[in-house]
Amino acid sequence: MTPQPRPLWNPYLAGLVLGLGLLLTFVLTGHGLGASGFTTALAASASKTLAPSATAANAYFGPMTASHNPLDSWITWEVIGLALGALASAVFAGRFRLSLDGPSRLPRARRLALALVGGAVSGFGARVSLGCTSGLGLSGSAVLATAGFLFLIGFFGAGVGIGLLMKRYWQ
Amino acid sequence: MTFPLGYTGVVSGLVSGLIFGYALENAGFASACKLTAQLRFQDWAVFKVMFTAILVSATGLYLLQALGLMSASDIYIPTVFLWATLLGGVGVGAGMSIGGYCPGTSVVAFCSGRLDGLMFFLGLVLGTVVFAGAYDWLKPMLEALPGPQAQTLPQLLHLPTWAVLAILLLIAIAVGRMTRRASDAMPASPATAARGPMPQGS
Repeated sequence: MTPQPRPLWNPYLAGLVLGLGLLLTFVLTGHGLGASGFTTALAASASKTLAPSATAANAYFGPMTASHNPLDSWITWEVIGLALGALASAVFAGRFRLSLDGPSRLPRARRLALALVGGAVSGFGARVSLGCTSGLGLSGSAVLATAGFLFLIGFFGAGVGIGLLMKRYWQ
Repeated sequence: MTFPLGYTGVVSGLVSGLIFGYALENAGFASACKLTAQLRFQDWAVFKVMFTAILVSATGLYLLQALGLMSASDIYIPTVFLWATLLGGVGVGAGMSIGGYCPGTSVVAFCSGRLDGLMFFLGLVLGTVVFAGAYDWLKPMLEALPGPQAQTLPQLLHLPTWAVLAILLLIAIAVGRMTRRASDAMPASPATAARGPMPQGS
């Protein structure tokens, strides 16, 4: 591991590579990239393991877990690739380090708690909209879908509003 | 040969994901500080990366379809459900400003060693379970005010696709010029290099 991490890519270069990768995904599969589809399958599987009868009776998880194995879905393998690609990039660039990011003016426990709460709000929201920043914001907008841009309006509106309110907790 | 190829197996998932993760990490999207700096208007990298990716991909799809190499009907286009699409976006945006990430970037964060990325990911699973519990109650809102099936901006605005792409390109150039002084415009500078990838130790 190099002591001095390599600089990040120029944002336009990163956007070009991400856009070409997304285009390749459309060419290969007919749909775009995603992430929350995997966490949904994972939540349904975890729920089935911990509470099988309640999961089977649930109107959302029930049909999902009845006949479906997460390892059969494309999105599971895409997220495994996402994890490996990010790991490879972080290691090659000397950026891999066990650390805690987030609002640096808050103590560690509060930062971890905020990450958990933020994740829960995000996971809930992504199910309401049937997609997250990757699936709707990025992939939806890349096919010029009205839904993609409407999602991004809500995303940046709420993100900026709450982001500015929380500004004092960040460096 | 016409696209899409219909490769929806393990290899296509892994390849697509690898490029996705590699690009996001190199963009600096493993860091909650970098991601949320966009929401505080301190760093425009998130806007620039996302807008460039959308433009590149949308232009590529347009060209493939114009050349007759891709059938538009085989490409998945999401449909608007006015409240659900907008309020879901509000939830994901609120989640990022509170917890620092979105679903995809939390995986990238954890894979670069950030423990708050793992906590965010666990939160995603929790939030999904809460959603499943409230699903029957939420259902009327989720299905309310559907828009036309698979509607696109060119259809909504009654403009040709190339004109919508040109408008998006002009927005990207305008924002890029207005924010040129922002620190992310110089990715090789020591200040940016140090701020993006450095762990925010306490």
